[in-house]
Amino acid sequence: MLDKELRSMIGDVKDGRMDRRAFIKRVAAVGLAAPLANQILALGGVAMAEGVSTYKPTKRGGGGALKLLWWQGPTLLNPHFATGTKDQDGSRLFYEPLACWDPDGNMKLVLAAEIPSVQNGLLAADGTSVTWKLKPGVKWHDGKPFSADDVVFTWEYVKDPATATVTIATYRDLKVEKIDDLTVKITFAQPTPFWADAFVGAGAGQILPKHLFADYIGSKSREAPTNLSPVGTGPYKFVEFKPGDLIRGVINPDYHMANRPYFDTIEMKGGGDAVSAARAVIQTGEYDFGWNIQVEDDVLLRLEKGGKGKTIYAVGGDTEFIALNFTDPNVEVDGERSSMKTKHPLFSDPAVRKALSMLVDRDSIKKAIYGRAGRTTANFLNGPEKFVSKNTSWEFSIEKASKLLDDAGWKPGADGIREKDGKKLKLLYQTSINGPRQKTQAIVKQACQKAGIEVELKSVVASVFFSSDVANPDTYPKFYADIEMFQIPLSQPDPSQHMRRYLSSNVATKENKWQGTNFPRWVNKDYDAAINAADKEMDPIKRAALYIKCNDLLWEETVFIPAMHRLKVEAAANTLRPVISGWANETDNLFDWYREE
Amino acid sequence: MSQYILRRLMIAIPSLLGISAVLFFVLALAPGDPFSELATNPNVPPEVQAALRAKFGLDDPIYLRYLHWLSAMLHGDWGFSFVSRMNVDTLILQRLPATLYVIGSAQILALLIAIPVGVYAATKPYSLFDQIASTLAFIGFSLPTFFTGLLFILIFSVTLDWLPFVYSTDIKATGIRWVLEMIRQAIMPVAVLGLFQAAYMTRFVRSAMLDVIRLDYVTTARAKGLGQAKVIVKHVMRNAMIPVVTLIALQMPAVFGGAIVTEQIFRIPGIGSLLISSILSNDTPVVMAVTFVFACLVVLFNLIADVLYGWLDPRISLR
Repeated sequence: MLDKELRSMIGDVKDGRMDRRAFIKRVAAVGLAAPLANQILALGGVAMAEGVSTYKPTKRGGGGALKLLWWQGPTLLNPHFATGTKDQDGSRLFYEPLACWDPDGNMKLVLAAEIPSVQNGLLAADGTSVTWKLKPGVKWHDGKPFSADDVVFTWEYVKDPATATVTIATYRDLKVEKIDDLTVKITFAQPTPFWADAFVGAGAGQILPKHLFADYIGSKSREAPTNLSPVGTGPYKFVEFKPGDLIRGVINPDYHMANRPYFDTIEMKGGGDAVSAARAVIQTGEYDFGWNIQVEDDVLLRLEKGGKGKTIYAVGGDTEFIALNFTDPNVEVDGERSSMKTKHPLFSDPAVRKALSMLVDRDSIKKAIYGRAGRTTANFLNGPEKFVSKNTSWEFSIEKASKLLDDAGWKPGADGIREKDGKKLKLLYQTSINGPRQKTQAIVKQACQKAGIEVELKSVVASVFFSSDVANPDTYPKFYADIEMFQIPLSQPDPSQHMRRYLSSNVATKENKWQGTNFPRWVNKDYDAAINAADKEMDPIKRAALYIKCNDLLWEETVFIPAMHRLKVEAAANTLRPVISGWANETDNLFDWYREE
Repeated sequence: MSQYILRRLMIAIPSLLGISAVLFFVLALAPGDPFSELATNPNVPPEVQAALRAKFGLDDPIYLRYLHWLSAMLHGDWGFSFVSRMNVDTLILQRLPATLYVIGSAQILALLIAIPVGVYAATKPYSLFDQIASTLAFIGFSLPTFFTGLLFILIFSVTLDWLPFVYSTDIKATGIRWVLEMIRQAIMPVAVLGLFQAAYMTRFVRSAMLDVIRLDYVTTARAKGLGQAKVIVKHVMRNAMIPVVTLIALQMPAVFGGAIVTEQIFRIPGIGSLLISSILSNDTPVVMAVTFVFACLVVLFNLIADVLYGWLDPRISLR
């Protein structure tokens, strides 16, 4: 039914009976991210809209200095070696992709001349290839012309395992060929509904100059001097870099976009902590922009009173969730805890899982911790703006949870803790050390206690919790606890990679050194079938319906309890007009930033 | 004398080897790895993380890694940072000027306060001046630098708006204005660190002076009719300085090692902030290099202190 409705809606947009915005709203209502909705339209035969620019200045330069404060400073400036988003942010000041994402999830052209679509013949209707036309006349900062060779080279550089890039997954399964100096064709190994990953956005898309990196492909990659002194095509030219401390750049007078950039110099300072970064931007105005201000809302509200800056928010798809372990973390089988040969003694009863989800007081978590930086949600997969699957709902009710447990036979024992068949409702709840997470733990624990569930809290240092160290028992993939809480950023405006994690074949076990991505160890045939179908499904409408089904399955089975849909929080001077997208790095739209006096 | 120094240097070799081994094994046993941030990025498959671990040799046995490190170090190759893929020595040299400037100034400030105040207080023990100095010193070293640092920021940056609280390494001015800016931005961190050190040293200088000032030869000197100034400076101070020199010599490595807390609060890009960020991101080669250099400096300055004893007090002979 959803298929048909979407299809007729696409027809309406094509014939001009419905405008694009209305379409996106309608699709968002059934649980689709705006960038994906736009790509559905592109595949359905309607060209993708180019993001509307809000840029006002009418001449290049003259804006003085732009001072950015990244409290975790970039430590290297090769985007394909980035160990975190901070390094992508820093590289993006100088390097550019073909296109990037604006706050609404629309595509914005950077080095490309045209958005590929089925009409203009650049996008294959079956999703097996996409052709990009490049902007003519673009020059690298050293004066050499930018051409299709650079794009092809970037692919060759990244996909070589000896280069040891972190973006290899985006590029290894596709083929890039040069058609002419200003045209490249990407051929995918299989139909690829999300065709705008390679060469798009700051995460994996930044293009490197062939003439400077050609000698440093493969095992010599670390020796390239340009790893630390980038020569790009971006709005600012590189001046100086001190890892972890400072990046400086000056205006690129030959920039390929008219009247841009606005600022004459740029400075990105690193170090310190989020609270004092907020203070330096909002209260004293020493800096113009502060990155990732994950600070309690009342602190921010206090700083904003009569301050020189304010906080700004961008909606993406980041969900803070509590994951439930479907295996038994307390029993060791063949030298492995949380083994697939076991079943969780408590969570094998669906009533317990359901009751637990009723005990997570999302309103209080929002009020007490995240404030303006969070939205309550029932969905695991959250999109921009109106991403609320209509099929799901949540509520907080200790009474209903208690009743559910009573009905399922979990009766309070002498100590007030519920038990059934000699099994007590005692849970170990782990997360990484991080102020808001510990507070969330406390809120959940309190509600659980009232309902007769005893919760033991555990917090692990983040560098251990998220580590790939096989020998450490406290990592999140090992999941030696009953429930655990964290967030997996949806760094790409498409759910496929995000949702593939929970395939049955991806369960994290001793055999695969806990590299499997399915850490709740939840196995569901319907989910597998839907994901596999979605991966091959070229019909974008059917594909969308499949992902909605997957989200609803995760909800019905209570695999995850979403605690909060988190927004990006940044601090900016009152006069600064930054463009921040929840679907892109902070510096992805930097060319459109300006100051209003 | 030169024989003595040579012998001391020879003894230092095994102790440095021991220090490096302990450091390396402790760091290798510490949990976590430099690629943990990749783990939660669904775009980066776990194989990539595993491949990087293998490429950087993190999967080799610990003793092999130590031997690799040691032989490279002997050849002057400090290795490269996992996080920035940059040579460790360049990374450290880049951070050194800020640390030398800020921490060095703080030490000088501390000495300029501690020695006169300590000496004067000792000459008039339990006088009003001594009482006040002692009380202030007591308050000074009881207040941790993270507290005074934040207090200074609140007063001088937020409320009064006189001084910047983010240290900048690229000041866009030249000549005298550059110098003034450099001084202006260093006032708060230098004051915070310097006053803390001064408080600590004042008490030390005072008690060292008091120990000496009561000795018979001082009384003799006074009986001979020497002036107060001459007695204090020539006779008392020179002897009292021996423990003070030890203290200062052992403080010197800290001038190179940076001050972790203060550097973090004021965003000073020094060795201390490099060390803490490397520890947090499990960047072992950098942590190893910084701590090892620190160990070498401690050994070196110990030696210098011992040599200075001989100069201050000829009765101490070095053999």
